[in-house]
Amino acid sequence: MKQRRREILVAAGALAGAFLTGVLKPVAALAAVWNKEAFSAKDAAGALKALGAASPAASTAIAIEAPQIAENGEVVPIEISSNIPGTTSLAVLIDKNPFPLAGKVDFMEGALPFVKINVKMRETSDVRVIATAGGKHYVAVKEIKVTIGGCGG
Amino acid sequence: MAAGPMKMRATLGSGFTDVRVLMSHPMETGQRKGPDGNLVPAHFIQNLTVKVNGKAVIEAQISQAVSRNPVFSFRLKGGAKGDRIEVSWLDNRGETNKTETAIA
Repeated sequence: MKQRRREILVAAGALAGAFLTGVLKPVAALAAVWNKEAFSAKDAAGALKALGAASPAASTAIAIEAPQIAENGEVVPIEISSNIPGTTSLAVLIDKNPFPLAGKVDFMEGALPFVKINVKMRETSDVRVIATAGGKHYVAVKEIKVTIGGCGG
Repeated sequence: MAAGPMKMRATLGSGFTDVRVLMSHPMETGQRKGPDGNLVPAHFIQNLTVKVNGKAVIEAQISQAVSRNPVFSFRLKGGAKGDRIEVSWLDNRGETNKTETAIA
């Protein structure tokens, strides 16, 4: 009898857990979009494809301000901006990270296409910035050398 | 480390407003081993939203590659004293936080 009681308790706990995740997740999904396919891609080409930007055109109108040598891969400051008229989005890909896509920022009326954020880099890598303007995609690349990687322990 | 408070500062420049927001968050990659030798589960902010006077102007999706306690800077076109800026985030566990400031 005691054994049976325990089984019921465990089952109730599992149900409560399922209820919680089941209820919370759809709420989160409604609130915001996160491109899981692009963020799970293990190479830059896969991430670009998932972003719908498979073959962006090289552009000199995208600025990437970052140190040439980052001593600490845990915190690499990257400042990006676009001078391409009508830029609606900027994305950052770090080719040699386990998952290259680090972020995608969409700009609506009222915001300038500018972002500064700190990222982790596992090792020396090309950093690509993709700008989207008028449905077209543009890219600029900068190599950042990393002395101590920022992905391990 | 649990997710903690946020800090934000908005500065009026010439023709634009510079906004800097600091979020307290572990931004665990899911690739790091803890002291017990097991991987620390991934825990990171996935979405950031910036609103000005209640209207969304920036929507960002980010990954675990963003550093711990992220500092996010952005620029708004123009801006006036008293404009209300709100930044909120949502992480992969469904936790959220937000902060609000007025352009000074």
